[in-house]
Amino acid sequence: MSADPINDANPINGTSIPAIDRRFRLQWEAAQNAHVLLYPEGMIKLNASAGEILKRCDGKATLADITASLEQSFAASGLSGDVFAFIAMAVEKKWVTLLS
Amino acid sequence: MGHIAVMNAQVKIPGPPLWLLLELTYRCPLHCAFCYNPTDFARTGPELPTEDWLRVLREARALGAVQLGLSGGEPLVRDDLELIVAEAHRLGFYINLITSGVGLNETRIAALKDAGLDHIQLSFQDSSKQMNDFLSSTRTFDLKSKVAALIKQYDYPMVLNVVLHRLNIDHVEEILNMADRLGAEYVELANTQYYGWAWHNRDQLMPSRAQVERAEAATKRFRERIGRPMQIYFVVPDYFERRPKPCMNGLGSIFLTVTPDGTALPCHAARMLPGLEFPNVRDTSVKHAWFDSSGFNHFRGDDWMKEPCRSCPEKARDFGGCRCQAFLMTGDAANADPVCDLSPHHHLVTEAVAAAGEERLRPAEEKPLVFRSPANSATLFP
Repeated sequence: MSADPINDANPINGTSIPAIDRRFRLQWEAAQNAHVLLYPEGMIKLNASAGEILKRCDGKATLADITASLEQSFAASGLSGDVFAFIAMAVEKKWVTLLS
Repeated sequence: MGHIAVMNAQVKIPGPPLWLLLELTYRCPLHCAFCYNPTDFARTGPELPTEDWLRVLREARALGAVQLGLSGGEPLVRDDLELIVAEAHRLGFYINLITSGVGLNETRIAALKDAGLDHIQLSFQDSSKQMNDFLSSTRTFDLKSKVAALIKQYDYPMVLNVVLHRLNIDHVEEILNMADRLGAEYVELANTQYYGWAWHNRDQLMPSRAQVERAEAATKRFRERIGRPMQIYFVVPDYFERRPKPCMNGLGSIFLTVTPDGTALPCHAARMLPGLEFPNVRDTSVKHAWFDSSGFNHFRGDDWMKEPCRSCPEKARDFGGCRCQAFLMTGDAANADPVCDLSPHHHLVTEAVAAAGEERLRPAEEKPLVFRSPANSATLFP
């Protein structure tokens, strides 16, 4: 996954507001120790970073907010490339809709 | 049904029953000749009362179950369906109602939405009123079309399921056009799997290889033509394959079914498997059923396997296929699924497929379809 976050062809930028698509439900499952995305008769088990990103996609926070929150929570920096790339993939898979 | 992507290889300690299917009743207003329900359903004991279903939900959820199927029979004939959905929603299940649509009026869909139902899978038997009504042995096509509109109105994803077989598989293009008109987002073209009533009617339902290939080509053309997102699952009939399906991801790995009388099973059809103890949730916990009963433990892992499965490098991929199919076709549930071309019984599958390809009278004229009904069940099992 090597999407360029700052690319004319890529509508995803720091002001984009991602939300979980209405066809999916994000949920923490203790038995699986993971976040999962639930959809009609199906389930996608998410790894830890995917879960941390998606749980912040509440339809209010911008991608810049989300990146800042992740960097603060995990005492990291320079996460925006990974976050944008993941969101681009999640949009392509229709897990996530961009509200702006 | 059941598109669950989990890396769950052969495990010694079973994981949770992620998929819980409650067959709430065997009562059904339809009489489909391809139903997978057991042909002896008429002699099943009484249905579980509401409080037992609610306890099953709580116990299964505590083990980690998360996808819930409410099926049957026709689950809408239970007047406590809304109560069951409400409790399942409170517990955090993702709730799928698998229905013929019969009985789903506006009052009930509003109540189900209110109770937290997540999704409705609506079955059609064919694209035309005439064929739908013949194949279900009812007059339900117009009603199903109305229900499809209600499902849209209540903002549910539109998920259609059509079981394919010899008598309707040539209509795949019309079926997909119908799905498009109804605004479907997901369409499952599920080729008949031969259990229960479908097994009884197998020779009349089995399509020819040419029919299957035409249907696949029509589906491909439709996918290329459609101008909006529609997810189409074409479930290939396993008789036409050379490797078996990884049935249930291995028995006792993910799926837990509870039948109307409370029998806990590792798959919908498993009650036919001889020599296994399938506990009843009336007198045992879901936890005990899942972890401790022979019915769930016997086919876990690969100790039960015989050759050619035992030494097969692919055994962790398909678990030897379907135990019920092995039993139905060879009389021994521990044999390789005869769909596999490494099975010494594979000729039973190729012969059935070859017979379906022969020019002959329409099969229904040779030997009539036996429709699923309490009367026919009682006749088959007096």
